[in-house]
Amino acid sequence: MTTYANRAPQDTRGTWMTYLGLSLVLLFSAFPVYWMFVISTSTDEAVAASPPALLPGSQFLVNVREVFTLNEVYFAASLINSVLVAGIITAATLFFCSLAGFAFAKLRFKGRNALMVVVILTLTVPNQLGIVALYIVMGKIGWNNTLLAVIAPGLVSAFGVFYMRQFIAHAVPDELVEAARIDGALTLRVYWNIVLPAIRPALAVLGLLTFVMAWNDFQWPLIQLNGTDFPTSMVALSDLASGNYVIYRRVLAGAFLATVPLIVLLLIGGRQIVRGIMEGAVKS
Amino acid sequence: MSLTELRPASHRQAPPPGPGKTKHWLYRFDTKTIPYIFISPFFILFAIFGVFPLIFNGVVALRNWRLDDPTLTGWAGFANFERLFTDEDFWNALGNTFGIFILSSVPQLLAALIIANLLNRKLRGTTYWRIGILLPYLTPVVASTLVFAIFFSRDNGLANWFLSLVGFGQETPLDWRAQKWSAWIAIATMVNWKWIGYNALLYLSAMQSIPKDVYEAAAVDGAGPWRQLWQITVPMIQPVVVFTVILSTIGGLQLFNEPMMFDENPQSAGGGSDHQFQTIAQLIYKVGWKDLDLGYAASMSWALFLIILVVAGINFALTRRIGGGR
Repeated sequence: MTTYANRAPQDTRGTWMTYLGLSLVLLFSAFPVYWMFVISTSTDEAVAASPPALLPGSQFLVNVREVFTLNEVYFAASLINSVLVAGIITAATLFFCSLAGFAFAKLRFKGRNALMVVVILTLTVPNQLGIVALYIVMGKIGWNNTLLAVIAPGLVSAFGVFYMRQFIAHAVPDELVEAARIDGALTLRVYWNIVLPAIRPALAVLGLLTFVMAWNDFQWPLIQLNGTDFPTSMVALSDLASGNYVIYRRVLAGAFLATVPLIVLLLIGGRQIVRGIMEGAVKS
Repeated sequence: MSLTELRPASHRQAPPPGPGKTKHWLYRFDTKTIPYIFISPFFILFAIFGVFPLIFNGVVALRNWRLDDPTLTGWAGFANFERLFTDEDFWNALGNTFGIFILSSVPQLLAALIIANLLNRKLRGTTYWRIGILLPYLTPVVASTLVFAIFFSRDNGLANWFLSLVGFGQETPLDWRAQKWSAWIAIATMVNWKWIGYNALLYLSAMQSIPKDVYEAAAVDGAGPWRQLWQITVPMIQPVVVFTVILSTIGGLQLFNEPMMFDENPQSAGGGSDHQFQTIAQLIYKVGWKDLDLGYAASMSWALFLIILVVAGINFALTRRIGGGR
C-alpha cells in the first residue's frame, strides 16, 4: 500500500532553482567562447588590464587582418583546407556508411552477422594508438605531408556503419524493398530511390557529427601538415600560438575564426546534433 | 513523410525487361555480389588505415626505426619495451596522465549526472537548454585551450583575479603552469568544460527511458528529488554510467590537445618547462616526431594500449559494482 504517489522527474515542473542551476551551467559553457570573442576584438592594453576586458572592443577587423596577413601561418588557406578536408570526409562517410548500413540492414548475404560483429568490435578500438604505424603506411604510399594523408583515414567510420544500420532497419520497411525488387529495380536503385530519401534525418545527424570531429581533429593533422604551407586551421592555430612572444588578441582572433563555422552549425543543426548524441546513447 | 509514396516512382524507373539470359546473370550479380560491393569500401579502407596500422604498430615496436637514420634498421627485440621501464619521462608522463584523468573524469561525470537531473524536468525551452550545453563539445579544443591558457595565466589572468576576489589571493600571483597540481587542475578544468554537457545528454537520454511507474511504484515515502536521483534514477541508468566511464577512460588516457596547447610553446610538445603536465600521448608525439624515434614511440603506444585496457577493465568492474545493489 503506497500512501504517497511518487511522480517521475520528467513529469515534475522545473522550479526556479532548476532554472537558476541550468542558467549557471549555460554561463559556464558559453563564457570561454564569449571571452574568445572579447579578446579577439580588443587592444593589447585591454587584454593586459586588471581585471581584463569583459566587453567586446572595436578592434576585431584589425586583429583579423593581422592574422590573415601573417607570413608562414597561412591562416586563410588553412580555413579553406579545413573546409575541404572536413567536407570530403563527411561526404565519403555518409556515402560509404549508408551503403554498408543498407547492406547490413536489408540485404541477405553469407557472413552478414559475422561481419557486423567485426564492425562492432572495431568500434571499441582506439585508432589513435596506431598513428606511428599509420605514418609509416602513408610513407610507403607516398602521401606523407599531404592533405590526402589527413583525409584518407577519416573516409569511413565503424560508428557510422553501426548508426546507419540501426536507422535503416527501422526507417525502411522490408516490404518496400521487396516491392521495388519485384518491379525489377536493381539494388543500387533501391538504395538511391528508396533508402536515401528515407534516411535523410540520419544523414543530417551523422554528417554534422562527422564534420565537427574532422574539423576539430588536431594530432594527426599536426603530424602530417606541421611546417607545410597548406595546414588545416587547427594546425595553423597551434603555429599562431607558438613562438617567443605571443600576441593574445591575434591568437584569439584566429581561434574565434576557426570556431565560428561550428557555432553556425550548432545554430542551424543543434536539434539534430542533440538527437544524434541522445540516440547513440540509447543504442550503446 | 510517407514511405509508400515513393513506390510509384521506383516502379516508373524500373529497367525494361531484357533478354532472359542477361537478366538472369544480372539478377545473380545483383543479389549475390552487390551486397559485398556495398560493404567493401568500409572494410577495405578500415583495414588499410585502421586495423593494419594497429597490428603493424606491434612490429614497429620490436624494431629499430628512426626517421633521421634510415640505415639503422633490424630487430630490436624487446629493447624498446625495456627502455620504457627506466625512462623517467615515461613514468612522469604516466603520472601526469593519471592525475589529470582522475581530476577530470570524476567531477565531469558527477556534474553531468546532476545537470542531466536538472534537464529531466518539465521545462520551458527544453531543446534550447540542450543545445546550449553542447557548445563546449563543438568548440575546437585547440581554440578553447588558448582561451583557458589566458584565463590561467600568471599575470592578469581571470583565474587569479577570481581567487583574489574570493579572498584566496596570494602576494605573488599563482603561476598555474609551474606546479604539477595547479597545471593538472587547469587542464582538468578544460577537459571537464568540454565533456560535461555531452555526458549530461547521454545520462538524460537514459533517464528519459526509465518507465514512469518505477518512480510511482517506489514506496519511498516523501522522497525528495535528491533521494529520488540517487536511489532510483542512478541505479536505473547504470549501463550508461558504465559506458561513459569507459568512454572517458579511453579518451582521458589519450589526452593530447589540452596539454599541447596549454604549453607556452605548443609546438615543443614538452608539457611545461619541466614536463610537469606532459601526457603519454604527448610524449609519444615528441619521441616519434621530435626525437624521430618511431620504434620507441610505437612501443610506448602499445604500452598505453595495454594500460587503457587494464584501467578500462578495472573501471568497468568498479562501476558495475557501485550500481550492483539492484
